[in-house]
Amino acid sequence: MAEYKLLTKDIGVEGLQTLPVYERRGGYQALRTALRDRTPDEIIEQVKISGLRGRGGAGFPTGTKWSFLPRDVFPRYLCINADESEPGCFKDRYLIDENPHQLIEGIVIAAYALQVQHAFLYIRGEYHDQRLLLERCVEEARAAGYIGERILGSDFGCDVIVHGGAGAYICGEETALIDSLEGFRGQPRLKPPFPAVKGLYGKPTVVNNVETLSNLPHIVSRGGEWFKAIGTERSTGTRVWCCSGHIERPGCYEMELGRPIRELFEEHCGGMWKGRSLKAFQPGGGSMQVLLPEHLDLPLDMDAVMKAGSSLGAGAMMFMDETTCLVNVSMRLVDFYHHESCGKCAPCREGTYFESQLMHRLEAGVATLDELDTLKDICANMDGKCFCPLGDTATWFVMSAYRHFRAEFEAHCGAGACPVTGAHRPLLAGTA
Amino acid sequence: MLAAQTRAEIEHARGRYPHPRSAILPSLWAVQHELGWLPPEAMAEVAELLGLAPSEVQAVATFYSMYFKRPPGRHHILVCVNAACALRGADETAAHIEQRLGCPSGTTTADGMFTWESTIECLGGCGGAPMMQVDHHFEEHLTPQRIDTILARVAAQPAAHRDGPPSRVPNPPAANTPPPPTAEGPPSAGAAG
Ligand SMILES: Cc1cc2nc3c(=O)[nH]c(=O)nc-3n(C[C@H](O)[C@H](O)[C@H](O)COP(=O)(O)O)c2cc1C
Ligand code: SF4
Ligand code: FES
Repeated sequence: MAEYKLLTKDIGVEGLQTLPVYERRGGYQALRTALRDRTPDEIIEQVKISGLRGRGGAGFPTGTKWSFLPRDVFPRYLCINADESEPGCFKDRYLIDENPHQLIEGIVIAAYALQVQHAFLYIRGEYHDQRLLLERCVEEARAAGYIGERILGSDFGCDVIVHGGAGAYICGEETALIDSLEGFRGQPRLKPPFPAVKGLYGKPTVVNNVETLSNLPHIVSRGGEWFKAIGTERSTGTRVWCCSGHIERPGCYEMELGRPIRELFEEHCGGMWKGRSLKAFQPGGGSMQVLLPEHLDLPLDMDAVMKAGSSLGAGAMMFMDETTCLVNVSMRLVDFYHHESCGKCAPCREGTYFESQLMHRLEAGVATLDELDTLKDICANMDGKCFCPLGDTATWFVMSAYRHFRAEFEAHCGAGACPVTGAHRPLLAGTA
Repeated sequence: MLAAQTRAEIEHARGRYPHPRSAILPSLWAVQHELGWLPPEAMAEVAELLGLAPSEVQAVATFYSMYFKRPPGRHHILVCVNAACALRGADETAAHIEQRLGCPSGTTTADGMFTWESTIECLGGCGGAPMMQVDHHFEEHLTPQRIDTILARVAAQPAAHRDGPPSRVPNPPAANTPPPPTAEGPPSAGAAG
């Protein structure tokens, strides 16, 4: 099988972040083709044919999402989701750092297909240097006539506005992103109405991930059918996997969908570091369920991984070796959700607090066996009962770790220290 | 209390959005760039410029963790201790910084040079773990020696705000802006049919 690299094939070329080099590699030709030879509907059709599914986490088919926009309501908006904050995820930052114009070309193509005049690129506050880079690239593209009025001499005009967030993971959730962009506290909205019908400023809005949009120049220049032939039937194209943890070569690697996880782990990541063995891994970013070494032979296919009880989510692979304490990892992820809960709904606001307190007691070795039942109870009262998916996902890793490593959780109870690493973690104030 | 340049930036931000309220976050960034933090009087001035109540601006500012509500030191260090970083020794990184700076997470050194904190918020540098952000810049693959070198280098630099590196690019040329946001109808009639 041929090895496909689309989004990352030019990465490493000196100066790719500048317009002349990007253009020399064929950059903005797809936009030219789109504006000259394709109607907006034809592009949407090609994206549908391509089978492209969103790379932001949920994996919803992009062309279908686009076609939910009501036909005759204007203005309408495109929001680009560069909020990436989930533990283990750093692929959007990589794509921005290494190939920013590819993203901008994808944005303008999407804006044309959707007939949008204003595209808002929402980038998390922590990506300060990346925001400056994107602002510079937008100006470069504007000066060259790829952004602004009458782009490349066509009737189509569009502006791209880079908007920096300020440190709130929840703003990656699409309706919270819209709230934040409107100048409110970033808290999720009730759905329906969905953003496609009533989004930014009450107008039809599409929210797409950085990697999703970076695929568009390739789909336009080579066609939906060509794209569809890469990957599997229902998971087409490639994905950029961000790999972290106890591996020899942490980093981002693009691979065709459908290849075995083992290939990513052994060939790209170089396997476990220091010759240790794999204990567990998490395939989709901080919110997804933990998997075991036996799952390494699963294909990188959204549906197959879901069948195994987890998800490829945002494409973040975190590998853990035999020395890892799963209670410790769970505690950190639970702390993250507690910290990032927006506070809008009680099950999540209170649930993540209790979860975090309990995990700290467990890690310190002072919790009792009964408290493990309390933990299960708390999670059961959160999963499916929270206002937005953040609260639900705050339970997934810890519950899957508990299922797979029950003995390890139980061994912590009353042990006075972590039985896996021997560490004595002081209790949080208020948890004794 | 805000400098003319900051006020001009806020005006510019306001003009970029269909609704002035959307300019809150960029305005607060502009203020923080000038003053290093967000004093209540400055937030009130932002509110006035955007036509909002001061409480509305405060409510937004307090939601986001990157806005400082108290003045920090000249340089700001953020050490990620979430899962991916922890697997590669983030706790040791944080301990080393605490020992070098001589003050616990969330505080400022006695000479006002550094404010540092460990954070459970993933900073998107998991592939280069253990990592930290110093005045917004990523510093990855940390070792105790590298941390010492970075601290020495940064201490010799000007403060992160105001006289530090630019936080923005020049405004786009006015002539090249797209049609006004309120325009009804599809922007391109030609190809759509
Ligand atoms: C709590 C939460 C956080 C999210 N964070 C992000 C994010 O940082 N980036 C992203 O692209 N999508 C994120 N999403 C998914 C978005 O809501 C949305 O589905 C996505 O941006 C759609 O883009 P896509 O269709 O191109 O995948 C998040 C969802 C939830 C529930
Ligand atoms: S689940 Fe959590 S993040 Fe989502 S709305 Fe409720 S409190 Fe906010
Ligand atoms: S977990 Fe530390 S940067 Fe992602």
